[in-house]
Amino acid sequence: MSQHTLDHAAASEVFNRDEPRVDWHDETLWWVRQKRDRASKGLPEWEDLREAASQIKHHVLSNMNVLLETFERNAQKNGITVHWAANAQEHNEIIHSLLAKKGIDRMIKSKSMLTEECHLNDFLREKGIEVIDTDLGERIVQLRQEPPSHIVLPAIHLKKSDVGDTFHEHLGTEKGATDPQYLTEAARQHLRETFLTRRAALTGVNFAIAETGGFVVCTNEGNADMGAHLSEIHIASMGFEKIIPKAEHLGVFLRLLTRSATGQPVTAYSSHFHRPRPGQEMHIVIVDNGRSTQLGREDFRNSLKCIRCGACMNTCPVYRRSGGHSYHNAVAGPIGSILAPNLDMRKNADLPFASTLCGSCSNVCPVKIDIHDQLYKWRQVLAKEGYVGGIKKTSLQLASKVLASPTLFKLSFNTARAALRIAPWAANNPLNAWSIHRDLPDAPKESFRQWYEKNRK
Amino acid sequence: MSTSRESILNAIRKNKPDLLPLPDQFTFESNYPDVLEQYQQTLQMIGGMVEVVPDLPTISQRIGELFPNFKEVAVTVPDLTYLADLNLESVTDPHELEDVNLAIIPGRYGVAENGAIWVTEQEMKHRALPFITQHLVLIIRAETIVPNMHEAYRRIQVDETGFGTFIAGPSKTADIEQSLVVGAHGARSLVVFIIK
Repeated sequence: MSQHTLDHAAASEVFNRDEPRVDWHDETLWWVRQKRDRASKGLPEWEDLREAASQIKHHVLSNMNVLLETFERNAQKNGITVHWAANAQEHNEIIHSLLAKKGIDRMIKSKSMLTEECHLNDFLREKGIEVIDTDLGERIVQLRQEPPSHIVLPAIHLKKSDVGDTFHEHLGTEKGATDPQYLTEAARQHLRETFLTRRAALTGVNFAIAETGGFVVCTNEGNADMGAHLSEIHIASMGFEKIIPKAEHLGVFLRLLTRSATGQPVTAYSSHFHRPRPGQEMHIVIVDNGRSTQLGREDFRNSLKCIRCGACMNTCPVYRRSGGHSYHNAVAGPIGSILAPNLDMRKNADLPFASTLCGSCSNVCPVKIDIHDQLYKWRQVLAKEGYVGGIKKTSLQLASKVLASPTLFKLSFNTARAALRIAPWAANNPLNAWSIHRDLPDAPKESFRQWYEKNRK
Repeated sequence: MSTSRESILNAIRKNKPDLLPLPDQFTFESNYPDVLEQYQQTLQMIGGMVEVVPDLPTISQRIGELFPNFKEVAVTVPDLTYLADLNLESVTDPHELEDVNLAIIPGRYGVAENGAIWVTEQEMKHRALPFITQHLVLIIRAETIVPNMHEAYRRIQVDETGFGTFIAGPSKTADIEQSLVVGAHGARSLVVFIIK
């Protein structure tokens, strides 16, 4: 399940070779975005809810350590064991040691983007532990040895014929079968057997409540609950930013989350875990993995307000046409592009450029993260730190020289106009990345300056 | 405890912004003309079936019609236990529930804006029951339907029991080409009876 090493533009180019599929991907995600619009417009107080959510999250960021310590105290009182992991490695080791202690070598897992971020499955597989993802979309991509391409819709890059082929190969469904009902039923039967035979279940955390020391997990399929309630040991992994102060704040977040994600009024199951059932062990792993660094970056800390609804991806004109895998990061799309450079600037320097800066992401964000502003600011940080190279750097350096000097500007634009009239192919050619999907307009005979000099009298 | 705990908390203390207050305004009223009607509409929209009934005997009769000759029926509604052929008291391991076809469980509150019903461990007896069952019946009283989630959380004490969940419709997925399929891993159908 190795991550792509192509940069975003190159990976998008690969994705764009199958044009009908790109159109389908684009239209499907836009349809989800429209469902979100309808759901949000059903609530007259929508904008006030976003504002409230944003303010609660700002408070959380500013009071993070206090809330986490309160949560830890209350969770421990509830009989939940709390672990702290400074980074992905430590997170993975904690989970491995919990399983090893009980002699467990097979675990089921419901959706957790954090474990994708930490590459937990790979880590455990190397230790001889099998992990089965139980969310249908995640199971599909897992069988195909691919990472999820979307945080809410993990298999959104696939057609039902792809799923049919995958299930035929791995689950023995009929060859050529593409009916989603039939394929889902096959996965239900296959995973039911898995739920009943695994002793350990890992879930993500949508919200952890400081005041009561419990946590909330939201699913439509019921897979988190099937796993957790049948397991001897339930491990929940959370990035520390998932904390909220009080249970009453859940009203705000649960009203926003699913409407923003899929346009449903709420997920089928919003489960509140506070104590293990008798005889069960319940653990929470609180993970930093770069979050405390991001908290210290004034321009970027707001990215930690994210509740992982995916609305910014569904609306993004670049994401819709480049696919989630082109972002080579566990979290793709606009939010992923402002989270990823914090983890590794060199590896993810391309991502803040995978945007038109149109601002649609910020407009739909339920917690009002200034996503497109942060994309713009990351570009500057990355350039300053020397992570922007090649043509982009050279051409921008040249442009800044030219634009700063009236003489150079006049000279170069006169030349460019002449060149474009004589040889338009010089700009509109495949070597110029900008012109791959665009044509330059016809060059006018004279510049504005020339026109002005002629007509000012 | 661990050193990572201290290093994480120290880094947060050092890097966090100045304290910002929680908002005063974070709950809102939903003024539906008729919350019962709104609840029914919403639940149907999300794939649940709903019936308003006068009493438990009517529910008993309707269950007989909707689920004729069902075996492996588990009931946690005290006055309807005669519909069960499975004794939950004798179940010690939730894996024993794997063949349950129908579970009939009371809910605490219904939420008109999203069709959800709050059910706790106390009502479900076994946490796995409402998920592992093939079909689920939830029963609520009309007067427990609240307009929205803010009102629901006003009435709920989330940590009163070790586990509680909002159930909104049957289990579903749209992970294959965004085609909605009902019956992913949890219950394949949900019928809500509202006693009024």
